[in-house]
Amino acid sequence: MEVPRFWRETRARYNLEGVRCGNCEKVFFPPREVCPDCHRASIGRMEKFKLSGKGEVYSFSTIHSAPDYFKDEVPYIVALIKTDEGPMVTGQIVDWEDGEVQIGTRVESVFRKISEQGKHGIIQYGFKFKAVRRALK
Amino acid sequence: MRDVAVIGVGMTRFGELWDRSIRSMGIEAGLGAIQDAGIYSTDLEALYMGNMASGLLIKQEHLAPLIGDFVGMGKLHLPATRIEGADASGGLALRQAYIAVASGLHDIVLVGGVEKMTDVGDARATGIMASAADQEWETFHGATLPSLYAMMARRHIHEFGTTQGMLGSVAVTNHYHGSLNPMAQFQREITMEMALESGIMADPLRMFDCAPLSDGAATLILCPVSRAREFTDKPVKILGSGLATDSLALHDRETITSLAATRIAAQRAYKRAGITFRDVDLAEVHDSFTIGEIMAVEDLGFFESGKGGKAALDGELRIDGSMPINPSGGMKARGFPPGAAGIAQAVEIVHQLRGDADRRQVKDARIGLAQNVGGTGATTVVHIFEVI
Ligand SMILES: [Zn+2]
Repeated sequence: MEVPRFWRETRARYNLEGVRCGNCEKVFFPPREVCPDCHRASIGRMEKFKLSGKGEVYSFSTIHSAPDYFKDEVPYIVALIKTDEGPMVTGQIVDWEDGEVQIGTRVESVFRKISEQGKHGIIQYGFKFKAVRRALK
Repeated sequence: MRDVAVIGVGMTRFGELWDRSIRSMGIEAGLGAIQDAGIYSTDLEALYMGNMASGLLIKQEHLAPLIGDFVGMGKLHLPATRIEGADASGGLALRQAYIAVASGLHDIVLVGGVEKMTDVGDARATGIMASAADQEWETFHGATLPSLYAMMARRHIHEFGTTQGMLGSVAVTNHYHGSLNPMAQFQREITMEMALESGIMADPLRMFDCAPLSDGAATLILCPVSRAREFTDKPVKILGSGLATDSLALHDRETITSLAATRIAAQRAYKRAGITFRDVDLAEVHDSFTIGEIMAVEDLGFFESGKGGKAALDGELRIDGSMPINPSGGMKARGFPPGAAGIAQAVEIVHQLRGDADRRQVKDARIGLAQNVGGTGATTVVHIFEVI
Protein backbone atom coordinates (compact mmCIF):
# COMPACT_ATOMS: atom_id res chain seq x y z
CA MET A 1 0.00 0.00 0.00
CA GLU A 2 1.34 3.46 -0.93
CA VAL A 3 2.64 5.72 1.85
CA PRO A 4 -0.08 8.41 1.74
CA ARG A 5 -2.82 5.80 1.47
CA PHE A 6 -1.50 4.07 4.58
CA TRP A 7 -0.79 7.33 6.42
CA ARG A 8 -4.35 8.64 5.95
CA GLU A 9 -5.70 5.83 8.11
CA THR A 10 -2.99 5.64 10.78
CA ARG A 11 -5.17 6.94 13.63
CA ALA A 12 -7.63 4.10 13.14
CA ARG A 13 -4.91 1.56 12.38
CA TYR A 14 -2.68 2.42 15.36
CA ASN A 15 -5.32 3.15 17.97
CA LEU A 16 -8.42 1.21 16.85
CA GLU A 17 -10.11 4.59 16.68
CA GLY A 18 -13.63 4.39 15.27
CA VAL A 19 -16.67 6.61 15.70
CA ARG A 20 -19.88 6.68 17.71
CA CYS A 21 -23.08 8.06 16.22
CA GLY A 22 -24.20 11.07 18.27
CA ASN A 23 -27.80 10.28 17.37
CA CYS A 24 -28.18 6.54 18.17
CA GLU A 25 -24.89 5.87 20.02
CA LYS A 26 -24.01 2.92 17.83
CA VAL A 27 -20.24 2.42 17.42
CA PHE A 28 -18.55 1.89 14.05
CA PHE A 29 -15.12 0.69 13.02
CA PRO A 30 -13.56 1.67 10.64
CA PRO A 31 -14.76 5.26 11.02
CA ARG A 32 -17.72 6.39 8.93
CA GLU A 33 -18.97 9.89 8.13
CA VAL A 34 -22.64 8.87 8.10
CA CYS A 35 -24.55 6.42 10.31
CA PRO A 36 -26.29 3.81 8.12
CA ASP A 37 -29.31 3.88 10.47
CA CYS A 38 -29.64 7.62 11.13
CA HIS A 39 -28.54 8.99 7.74
CA ARG A 40 -28.62 12.80 7.68
CA ALA A 41 -29.48 13.06 11.38
CA SER A 42 -25.96 11.73 12.06
CA ILE A 43 -24.04 14.10 9.77
CA GLY A 44 -21.52 16.10 11.78
CA ARG A 45 -22.40 14.06 14.88
CA MET A 46 -20.09 11.05 14.39
CA GLU A 47 -17.73 11.35 17.38
CA LYS A 48 -14.31 9.70 17.73
CA PHE A 49 -14.52 6.53 19.77
CA LYS A 50 -11.59 4.27 20.70
CA LEU A 51 -12.21 0.52 20.89
CA SER A 52 -10.76 -1.37 23.85
CA GLY A 53 -9.36 -4.02 21.51
CA LYS A 54 -11.11 -6.74 23.51
CA GLY A 55 -13.53 -9.14 21.94
CA GLU A 56 -14.09 -12.67 20.78
CA VAL A 57 -13.53 -14.69 17.63
CA TYR A 58 -16.66 -14.74 15.43
CA SER A 59 -15.02 -16.69 12.61
CA PHE A 60 -11.51 -17.30 11.30
CA SER A 61 -9.46 -18.98 8.60
CA THR A 62 -5.89 -20.22 8.49
CA ILE A 63 -4.47 -19.05 5.18
CA HIS A 64 -2.10 -21.37 3.31
CA SER A 65 -2.27 -19.69 -0.09
CA ALA A 66 -1.51 -15.97 0.09
CA PRO A 67 -1.03 -13.02 -2.23
CA ASP A 68 2.61 -12.19 -3.07
CA TYR A 69 2.80 -9.47 -0.41
CA PHE A 70 1.87 -11.92 2.39
CA LYS A 71 3.32 -15.18 1.11
CA ASP A 72 6.23 -15.21 3.59
CA GLU A 73 3.71 -15.24 6.45
CA VAL A 74 1.84 -18.48 5.68
CA PRO A 75 0.23 -20.11 7.49
CA TYR A 76 -1.42 -17.15 9.18
CA ILE A 77 -4.85 -16.66 10.71
CA VAL A 78 -7.29 -13.98 9.60
CA ALA A 79 -10.33 -13.57 11.84
CA LEU A 80 -13.52 -11.63 12.32
CA ILE A 81 -13.45 -10.27 15.87
CA LYS A 82 -16.70 -9.26 17.53
CA THR A 83 -15.46 -6.43 19.74
CA ASP A 84 -16.96 -5.78 23.16
CA GLU A 85 -18.13 -2.35 21.94
CA GLY A 86 -20.09 -3.89 19.07
CA PRO A 87 -18.28 -3.48 15.73
CA MET A 88 -16.90 -6.53 13.97
CA VAL A 89 -13.26 -6.06 12.96
CA THR A 90 -11.13 -8.02 10.47
CA GLY A 91 -7.59 -8.70 11.64
CA GLN A 92 -4.90 -11.32 12.05
CA ILE A 93 -4.50 -13.47 15.15
CA VAL A 94 -0.85 -13.92 16.18
CA ASP A 95 1.17 -16.07 18.60
CA TRP A 96 -1.33 -18.91 18.30
CA GLU A 97 -0.84 -22.53 19.17
CA ASP A 98 -2.53 -25.35 17.26
CA GLY A 99 -6.20 -25.62 18.17
CA GLU A 100 -6.11 -22.57 20.42
CA VAL A 101 -8.21 -20.33 18.18
CA GLN A 102 -11.88 -21.31 18.04
CA ILE A 103 -15.17 -19.50 17.51
CA GLY A 104 -15.76 -17.74 20.85
CA THR A 105 -12.07 -17.50 21.89
CA ARG A 106 -11.44 -14.27 23.85
CA VAL A 107 -8.83 -12.01 22.24
CA GLU A 108 -7.18 -8.65 22.81
CA SER A 109 -5.50 -6.34 20.35
CA VAL A 110 -1.74 -6.00 20.01
CA PHE A 111 0.33 -3.52 17.99
CA ARG A 112 2.34 -5.31 15.32
CA LYS A 113 3.96 -5.08 11.92
CA ILE A 114 1.37 -5.84 9.25
CA SER A 115 3.52 -5.87 6.12
CA GLU A 116 6.64 -4.50 4.45
CA GLN A 117 6.77 -2.83 1.08
CA GLY A 118 9.93 -4.63 -0.05
CA LYS A 119 13.47 -3.95 1.19
CA HIS A 120 13.35 -0.19 0.64
CA GLY A 121 9.69 0.54 1.25
CA ILE A 122 7.92 1.47 4.46
CA ILE A 123 6.96 -1.00 7.13
CA GLN A 124 3.26 -0.84 7.90
CA TYR A 125 2.10 -1.28 11.47
CA GLY A 126 -1.34 -1.74 12.93
CA PHE A 127 -3.52 -3.89 15.14
CA LYS A 128 -3.56 -7.65 15.30
CA PHE A 129 -5.14 -9.84 17.97
CA LYS A 130 -3.96 -12.58 20.31
CA ALA A 131 -5.79 -15.06 22.47
CA VAL A 132 -6.21 -14.04 26.11
CA ARG A 133 -4.53 -16.69 28.24
CA ARG A 134 -4.91 -17.13 31.96
CA ALA A 135 -1.91 -15.65 33.79
CA LEU A 136 0.61 -18.24 34.99
CA LYS A 137 1.24 -18.20 38.73
CA MET B 1 -40.74 -1.54 -20.67
CA ARG B 2 -40.48 -3.97 -23.58
CA ASP B 3 -39.95 -7.69 -23.20
CA VAL B 4 -36.41 -8.74 -24.08
CA ALA B 5 -35.10 -12.01 -25.55
CA VAL B 6 -31.75 -13.70 -26.01
CA ILE B 7 -31.41 -14.63 -29.69
CA GLY B 8 -27.81 -15.79 -29.84
CA VAL B 9 -25.03 -17.13 -27.63
CA GLY B 10 -21.31 -17.74 -28.03
CA MET B 11 -18.37 -18.59 -25.85
CA THR B 12 -14.79 -19.77 -25.85
CA ARG B 13 -13.72 -22.81 -23.95
CA PHE B 14 -12.57 -21.73 -20.47
CA GLY B 15 -9.17 -22.63 -19.11
CA GLU B 16 -5.50 -21.74 -19.07
CA LEU B 17 -5.45 -20.45 -22.61
CA TRP B 18 -1.80 -19.46 -22.98
CA ASP B 19 -2.14 -18.86 -26.71
CA ARG B 20 -5.19 -16.61 -26.45
CA SER B 21 -5.27 -12.84 -25.91
CA ILE B 22 -8.18 -10.89 -24.47
CA ARG B 23 -9.07 -9.65 -27.93
CA SER B 24 -8.91 -13.05 -29.60
CA MET B 25 -11.21 -14.51 -26.94
CA GLY B 26 -13.59 -11.56 -27.23
CA ILE B 27 -13.67 -12.03 -31.00
CA GLU B 28 -14.37 -15.78 -30.83
CA ALA B 29 -17.23 -15.41 -28.35
CA GLY B 30 -18.62 -12.31 -30.08
CA LEU B 31 -18.58 -13.77 -33.58
CA GLY B 32 -19.99 -17.02 -32.21
CA ALA B 33 -23.03 -15.20 -30.83
CA ILE B 34 -23.48 -13.09 -33.97
CA GLN B 35 -23.42 -16.27 -36.05
CA ASP B 36 -25.75 -18.12 -33.66
CA ALA B 37 -28.25 -15.25 -33.89
CA GLY B 38 -27.97 -15.14 -37.66
CA ILE B 39 -27.43 -11.39 -37.66
CA TYR B 40 -24.80 -9.18 -39.28
CA SER B 41 -22.43 -6.97 -37.31
CA THR B 42 -24.16 -4.03 -38.99
CA ASP B 43 -27.43 -4.98 -37.25
CA LEU B 44 -25.91 -4.23 -33.84
CA GLU B 45 -26.78 -0.98 -32.12
CA ALA B 46 -24.71 -1.18 -28.93
CA LEU B 47 -22.17 -3.26 -27.05
CA TYR B 48 -21.72 -3.91 -23.33
CA MET B 49 -18.65 -5.69 -21.99
CA GLY B 50 -18.30 -7.13 -18.48
CA ASN B 51 -14.75 -7.32 -17.16
CA MET B 52 -13.34 -7.35 -13.66
CA ALA B 53 -9.69 -6.43 -13.72
CA SER B 54 -8.02 -6.11 -17.11
CA GLY B 55 -6.17 -3.04 -15.83
CA LEU B 56 -4.54 -4.98 -13.01
CA LEU B 57 -4.17 -8.22 -14.95
CA ILE B 58 -2.91 -7.10 -18.36
CA LYS B 59 -2.65 -3.31 -18.00
CA GLN B 60 -5.36 -2.81 -20.60
CA GLU B 61 -8.31 -0.57 -19.80
CA HIS B 62 -10.77 0.84 -22.32
CA LEU B 63 -11.85 -2.64 -23.26
CA ALA B 64 -15.28 -2.15 -24.82
CA PRO B 65 -14.20 -0.21 -27.94
CA LEU B 66 -11.12 -2.44 -28.26
CA ILE B 67 -13.16 -5.62 -28.51
CA GLY B 68 -15.89 -3.89 -30.50
CA ASP B 69 -13.28 -2.85 -33.06
CA PHE B 70 -11.84 -6.35 -33.41
CA VAL B 71 -15.27 -7.98 -33.65
CA GLY B 72 -15.48 -5.87 -36.81
CA MET B 73 -17.60 -2.99 -35.59
CA GLY B 74 -14.94 -0.28 -35.51
CA LYS B 75 -16.34 1.65 -38.46
CA LEU B 76 -19.88 1.56 -37.04
CA HIS B 77 -18.79 3.81 -34.13
CA LEU B 78 -21.18 1.93 -31.86
CA PRO B 79 -21.89 2.95 -28.31
CA ALA B 80 -19.67 0.55 -26.32
CA THR B 81 -19.46 0.44 -22.52
CA ARG B 82 -17.42 -1.63 -20.12
CA ILE B 83 -19.15 -2.66 -16.88
CA GLU B 84 -17.33 -3.61 -13.68
CA GLY B 85 -18.62 -5.26 -10.51
CA ALA B 86 -15.83 -7.71 -9.64
CA ASP B 87 -16.86 -11.26 -10.62
CA ALA B 88 -20.46 -10.04 -11.07
CA SER B 89 -19.32 -7.87 -14.01
CA GLY B 90 -20.88 -10.22 -16.57
CA GLY B 91 -24.26 -10.32 -14.85
CA LEU B 92 -24.16 -6.55 -14.42
CA ALA B 93 -23.36 -6.04 -18.11
CA LEU B 94 -26.29 -8.30 -19.02
CA ARG B 95 -28.55 -6.20 -16.84
CA GLN B 96 -27.38 -2.98 -18.54
CA ALA B 97 -27.96 -4.48 -21.98
CA TYR B 98 -31.39 -5.73 -20.87
CA ILE B 99 -32.32 -2.25 -19.64
CA ALA B 100 -31.13 -0.70 -22.90
CA VAL B 101 -33.37 -2.98 -24.96
CA ALA B 102 -36.31 -2.97 -22.53
CA SER B 103 -36.32 0.83 -22.45
CA GLY B 104 -36.56 1.06 -26.21
CA LEU B 105 -33.21 2.80 -26.53
CA HIS B 106 -31.69 0.01 -28.63
CA ASP B 107 -33.05 -2.99 -30.52
CA ILE B 108 -30.15 -5.37 -31.13
CA VAL B 109 -27.40 -5.37 -28.55
CA LEU B 110 -24.30 -7.49 -27.99
CA VAL B 111 -23.33 -8.17 -24.36
CA GLY B 112 -20.14 -10.01 -23.52
CA GLY B 113 -17.89 -10.83 -20.62
CA VAL B 114 -14.17 -11.49 -20.81
CA GLU B 115 -11.17 -12.05 -18.56
CA LYS B 116 -7.52 -12.84 -19.20
CA MET B 117 -6.29 -14.23 -15.86
CA THR B 118 -3.30 -16.41 -16.60
CA ASP B 119 -0.80 -13.81 -17.80
CA VAL B 120 -0.02 -13.26 -14.09
CA GLY B 121 1.12 -15.90 -11.60
CA ASP B 122 -1.08 -17.45 -8.90
CA ALA B 123 0.07 -15.23 -6.02
CA ARG B 124 -0.47 -12.08 -8.07
CA ALA B 125 -3.85 -13.33 -9.24
CA THR B 126 -4.87 -14.07 -5.63
CA GLY B 127 -3.99 -10.48 -4.72
CA ILE B 128 -5.90 -9.09 -7.69
CA MET B 129 -9.01 -11.15 -6.89
CA ALA B 130 -8.80 -9.81 -3.32
CA SER B 131 -9.34 -6.33 -4.74
CA ALA B 132 -13.04 -7.30 -4.80
CA ALA B 133 -12.89 -7.08 -1.00
CA ASP B 134 -12.23 -3.93 1.07
CA GLN B 135 -8.59 -3.08 0.41
CA GLU B 136 -8.20 -0.81 3.45
CA TRP B 137 -9.87 -2.97 6.09
CA GLU B 138 -9.84 -6.59 4.87
CA THR B 139 -7.08 -7.14 2.33
CA PHE B 140 -4.63 -4.88 4.17
CA HIS B 141 -4.77 -7.37 7.06
CA GLY B 142 -3.95 -10.31 4.82
CA ALA B 143 -7.48 -11.45 3.99
CA THR B 144 -7.90 -13.18 0.63
CA LEU B 145 -11.12 -14.01 -1.19
CA PRO B 146 -10.79 -17.73 -0.27
CA SER B 147 -10.24 -16.82 3.40
CA LEU B 148 -13.32 -14.58 3.48
CA TYR B 149 -15.46 -17.38 2.02
CA ALA B 150 -13.72 -19.74 4.44
CA MET B 151 -14.97 -17.62 7.34
CA MET B 152 -18.49 -17.87 5.93
CA ALA B 153 -18.06 -21.63 5.61
CA ARG B 154 -16.82 -21.93 9.21
CA ARG B 155 -19.89 -20.05 10.50
CA HIS B 156 -22.17 -22.19 8.30
CA ILE B 157 -20.56 -25.30 9.78
CA HIS B 158 -20.90 -23.82 13.29
CA GLU B 159 -24.51 -22.67 12.98
CA PHE B 160 -26.06 -25.39 10.82
CA GLY B 161 -23.85 -28.46 11.15
CA THR B 162 -22.75 -28.25 7.52
CA THR B 163 -19.84 -30.65 6.96
CA GLN B 164 -16.68 -30.82 4.86
CA GLY B 165 -18.36 -33.71 3.03
CA MET B 166 -21.27 -31.47 2.09
CA LEU B 167 -18.88 -28.85 0.73
CA GLY B 168 -16.98 -31.58 -1.09
CA SER B 169 -20.16 -32.97 -2.64
CA VAL B 170 -20.72 -29.62 -4.39
CA ALA B 171 -17.32 -30.01 -6.04
CA VAL B 172 -17.96 -33.68 -6.91
CA THR B 173 -21.33 -32.84 -8.49
CA ASN B 174 -20.04 -29.89 -10.47
CA HIS B 175 -17.08 -31.89 -11.77
CA TYR B 176 -19.55 -34.60 -12.82
CA HIS B 177 -21.52 -31.97 -14.74
CA GLY B 178 -18.27 -30.62 -16.18
CA SER B 179 -17.44 -34.12 -17.45
CA LEU B 180 -20.55 -33.83 -19.65
CA ASN B 181 -19.65 -30.39 -21.03
CA PRO B 182 -17.18 -30.24 -23.94
CA MET B 183 -16.56 -26.53 -23.24
CA ALA B 184 -15.60 -27.11 -19.58
CA GLN B 185 -12.08 -26.51 -18.27
CA PHE B 186 -12.22 -29.71 -16.20
CA GLN B 187 -13.88 -32.64 -17.90
CA ARG B 188 -12.81 -35.32 -15.44
CA GLU B 189 -14.91 -36.46 -12.54
CA ILE B 190 -13.42 -36.28 -9.06
CA THR B 191 -14.10 -38.47 -6.04
CA MET B 192 -15.08 -37.35 -2.56
CA GLU B 193 -11.69 -38.60 -1.32
CA MET B 194 -9.91 -36.33 -3.79
CA ALA B 195 -11.99 -33.37 -2.63
CA LEU B 196 -11.45 -34.03 1.07
CA GLU B 197 -7.73 -34.74 0.73
CA SER B 198 -6.83 -31.83 -1.54
CA GLY B 199 -4.49 -29.15 -0.19
CA ILE B 200 -5.81 -26.53 2.21
CA MET B 201 -6.19 -23.07 0.63
CA ALA B 202 -7.82 -21.24 3.52
CA ASP B 203 -9.04 -23.57 6.23
CA PRO B 204 -11.73 -25.02 6.11
CA LEU B 205 -11.68 -24.57 2.31
CA ARG B 206 -9.49 -26.90 0.28
CA MET B 207 -8.29 -26.68 -3.29
CA PHE B 208 -11.37 -28.50 -4.61
CA ASP B 209 -13.62 -26.03 -2.77
CA CYS B 210 -12.25 -23.24 -4.96
CA ALA B 211 -12.93 -22.52 -8.63
CA PRO B 212 -9.85 -22.17 -10.82
CA LEU B 213 -8.83 -18.78 -12.19
CA SER B 214 -9.38 -19.08 -15.92
CA ASP B 215 -9.23 -17.26 -19.21
CA GLY B 216 -12.34 -17.04 -21.32
CA ALA B 217 -15.11 -15.03 -22.91
CA ALA B 218 -18.85 -15.42 -23.42
CA THR B 219 -21.38 -13.39 -25.39
CA LEU B 220 -25.14 -12.97 -25.83
CA ILE B 221 -27.21 -11.11 -28.42
CA LEU B 222 -30.39 -9.47 -27.11
CA CYS B 223 -33.35 -7.97 -28.95
CA PRO B 224 -36.99 -7.13 -28.20
CA VAL B 225 -39.23 -10.21 -27.96
CA SER B 226 -41.41 -8.63 -30.66
CA ARG B 227 -38.54 -9.04 -33.17
CA ALA B 228 -36.99 -12.24 -31.84
CA ARG B 229 -38.64 -14.61 -34.32
CA GLU B 230 -37.01 -12.75 -37.21
CA PHE B 231 -33.81 -14.42 -36.04
CA THR B 232 -34.58 -17.66 -34.21
CA ASP B 233 -37.23 -20.32 -33.66
CA LYS B 234 -36.31 -20.63 -30.01
CA PRO B 235 -35.94 -17.21 -28.42
CA VAL B 236 -35.33 -17.21 -24.69
CA LYS B 237 -37.13 -14.41 -22.89
CA ILE B 238 -35.56 -12.58 -19.96
CA LEU B 239 -38.45 -12.81 -17.50
CA GLY B 240 -36.83 -10.77 -14.77
CA SER B 241 -33.65 -9.05 -13.65
CA GLY B 242 -32.76 -8.22 -10.04
CA LEU B 243 -29.73 -6.42 -8.67
CA ALA B 244 -28.87 -5.79 -5.02
CA THR B 245 -25.80 -4.62 -3.15
CA ASP B 246 -24.39 -4.85 0.36
CA SER B 247 -21.35 -3.68 2.32
CA LEU B 248 -18.08 -4.56 0.60
CA ALA B 249 -16.61 -5.84 3.87
CA LEU B 250 -17.89 -9.01 5.52
CA HIS B 251 -17.43 -7.45 8.95
CA ASP B 252 -20.22 -4.94 8.28
CA ARG B 253 -22.88 -7.60 7.59
CA GLU B 254 -25.66 -8.75 9.94
CA THR B 255 -24.90 -12.36 9.04
CA ILE B 256 -22.24 -14.15 7.02
CA THR B 257 -24.03 -17.47 6.50
CA SER B 258 -26.34 -15.96 3.90
CA LEU B 259 -25.92 -13.18 1.33
CA ALA B 260 -28.51 -10.43 1.78
CA ALA B 261 -27.69 -9.17 -1.72
CA THR B 262 -28.68 -12.56 -3.16
CA ARG B 263 -31.91 -12.76 -1.17
CA ILE B 264 -32.97 -9.27 -2.22
CA ALA B 265 -31.83 -9.51 -5.85
CA ALA B 266 -33.79 -12.77 -6.10
CA GLN B 267 -36.93 -11.20 -4.59
CA ARG B 268 -36.68 -8.37 -7.12
CA ALA B 269 -36.17 -10.75 -10.04
CA TYR B 270 -38.99 -13.11 -8.96
CA LYS B 271 -41.31 -10.14 -8.56
CA ARG B 272 -40.45 -8.74 -11.98
CA ALA B 273 -40.88 -12.21 -13.53
CA GLY B 274 -44.15 -12.82 -11.70
CA ILE B 275 -42.97 -16.23 -10.46
CA THR B 276 -41.68 -17.85 -7.26
CA PHE B 277 -38.64 -20.05 -6.69
CA ARG B 278 -40.94 -23.07 -7.11
CA ASP B 279 -41.32 -22.27 -10.81
CA VAL B 280 -37.58 -22.47 -11.48
CA ASP B 281 -36.51 -25.69 -13.22
CA LEU B 282 -32.73 -25.22 -13.01
CA ALA B 283 -30.16 -22.63 -12.00
CA GLU B 284 -26.60 -21.59 -12.60
CA VAL B 285 -25.31 -20.18 -9.31
CA HIS B 286 -22.09 -18.54 -8.18
CA ASP B 287 -19.88 -21.42 -7.02
CA SER B 288 -16.51 -19.68 -7.04
CA PHE B 289 -16.30 -21.47 -3.67
CA THR B 290 -18.39 -24.51 -2.74
CA ILE B 291 -19.89 -22.68 0.26
CA GLY B 292 -21.12 -20.06 -2.23
CA GLU B 293 -23.30 -22.65 -3.96
CA ILE B 294 -24.68 -23.90 -0.64
CA MET B 295 -25.61 -20.36 0.43
CA ALA B 296 -27.02 -19.62 -3.04
CA VAL B 297 -29.49 -22.53 -3.07
CA GLU B 298 -30.70 -21.36 0.34
CA ASP B 299 -30.82 -17.64 -0.45
CA LEU B 300 -32.65 -18.22 -3.74
CA GLY B 301 -35.34 -20.12 -1.79
CA PHE B 302 -34.72 -23.60 -3.24
CA PHE B 303 -33.79 -25.04 0.17
CA GLU B 304 -34.38 -23.86 3.71
CA SER B 305 -31.67 -21.94 5.47
CA GLY B 306 -29.02 -24.41 6.67
CA LYS B 307 -30.25 -27.25 4.45
CA GLY B 308 -28.27 -26.49 1.29
CA GLY B 309 -25.32 -28.67 2.28
CA LYS B 310 -27.49 -31.69 2.89
CA ALA B 311 -29.23 -31.13 -0.45
CA ALA B 312 -25.83 -31.25 -2.16
CA LEU B 313 -24.81 -34.39 -0.29
CA ASP B 314 -28.11 -36.10 -1.14
CA GLY B 315 -27.62 -35.49 -4.88
CA GLU B 316 -30.53 -33.05 -5.14
CA LEU B 317 -28.36 -30.59 -7.10
CA ARG B 318 -27.37 -33.04 -9.85
CA ILE B 319 -28.89 -32.67 -13.30
CA ASP B 320 -31.14 -35.62 -12.45
CA GLY B 321 -31.88 -34.33 -8.93
CA SER B 322 -34.87 -32.40 -7.58
CA MET B 323 -33.22 -28.99 -8.20
CA PRO B 324 -30.51 -29.14 -10.87
CA ILE B 325 -27.77 -26.61 -10.15
CA ASN B 326 -24.82 -25.69 -12.36
CA PRO B 327 -25.43 -28.20 -15.16
CA SER B 328 -22.55 -26.55 -17.04
CA GLY B 329 -20.14 -27.65 -14.30
CA GLY B 330 -20.36 -24.21 -12.74
CA MET B 331 -17.38 -21.99 -12.10
CA LYS B 332 -15.85 -24.95 -10.30
CA ALA B 333 -15.53 -27.20 -13.36
CA ARG B 334 -16.50 -25.21 -16.45
CA GLY B 335 -13.92 -22.63 -15.34
CA PHE B 336 -13.95 -19.17 -13.86
CA PRO B 337 -12.91 -16.12 -15.86
CA PRO B 338 -14.37 -13.60 -13.37
CA GLY B 339 -15.66 -11.02 -15.87
CA ALA B 340 -17.15 -13.66 -18.18
CA ALA B 341 -18.70 -15.84 -15.48
CA GLY B 342 -22.12 -14.17 -15.40
CA ILE B 343 -22.52 -14.24 -19.18
CA ALA B 344 -21.42 -17.89 -19.34
CA GLN B 345 -24.18 -18.72 -16.84
CA ALA B 346 -26.73 -17.16 -19.19
CA VAL B 347 -25.23 -19.03 -22.16
CA GLU B 348 -25.77 -22.32 -20.30
CA ILE B 349 -29.33 -21.43 -19.31
CA VAL B 350 -30.13 -20.60 -22.95
CA HIS B 351 -28.74 -23.96 -24.13
CA GLN B 352 -30.75 -25.77 -21.46
CA LEU B 353 -33.99 -23.96 -22.27
CA ARG B 354 -33.55 -24.44 -26.01
CA GLY B 355 -32.98 -28.13 -25.32
CA ASP B 356 -29.56 -28.29 -26.95
CA ALA B 357 -27.43 -29.06 -23.89
CA ASP B 358 -26.71 -32.61 -25.13
CA ARG B 359 -25.51 -35.03 -22.45
CA ARG B 360 -26.04 -32.57 -19.61
CA GLN B 361 -29.59 -31.62 -20.65
CA VAL B 362 -32.00 -31.12 -17.74
CA LYS B 363 -35.35 -32.72 -18.59
CA ASP B 364 -38.33 -30.44 -19.23
CA ALA B 365 -36.38 -27.25 -18.57
CA ARG B 366 -38.63 -24.26 -19.19
CA ILE B 367 -37.55 -21.63 -16.64
CA GLY B 368 -33.91 -21.09 -15.63
CA LEU B 369 -32.19 -18.72 -13.25
CA ALA B 370 -28.66 -17.29 -13.10
CA GLN B 371 -27.16 -15.86 -9.90
CA ASN B 372 -23.89 -13.94 -10.24
CA VAL B 373 -22.06 -12.62 -7.17
CA GLY B 374 -19.34 -9.98 -6.93
CA GLY B 375 -16.63 -10.46 -4.31
CA THR B 376 -18.04 -11.82 -1.06
CA GLY B 377 -21.56 -10.64 -1.90
CA ALA B 378 -21.46 -6.84 -2.12
CA THR B 379 -23.16 -7.30 -5.51
CA THR B 380 -25.58 -9.99 -6.65
CA VAL B 381 -27.34 -10.03 -10.00
CA VAL B 382 -30.15 -12.50 -10.65
CA HIS B 383 -31.69 -13.12 -14.07
CA ILE B 384 -34.63 -15.38 -14.85
CA PHE B 385 -35.15 -16.82 -18.33
CA GLU B 386 -38.00 -18.66 -20.06
CA VAL B 387 -38.10 -20.32 -23.44
CA ILE B 388 -40.98 -18.95 -25.51
ZN1 LIG C 1 -27.02 6.42 14.25
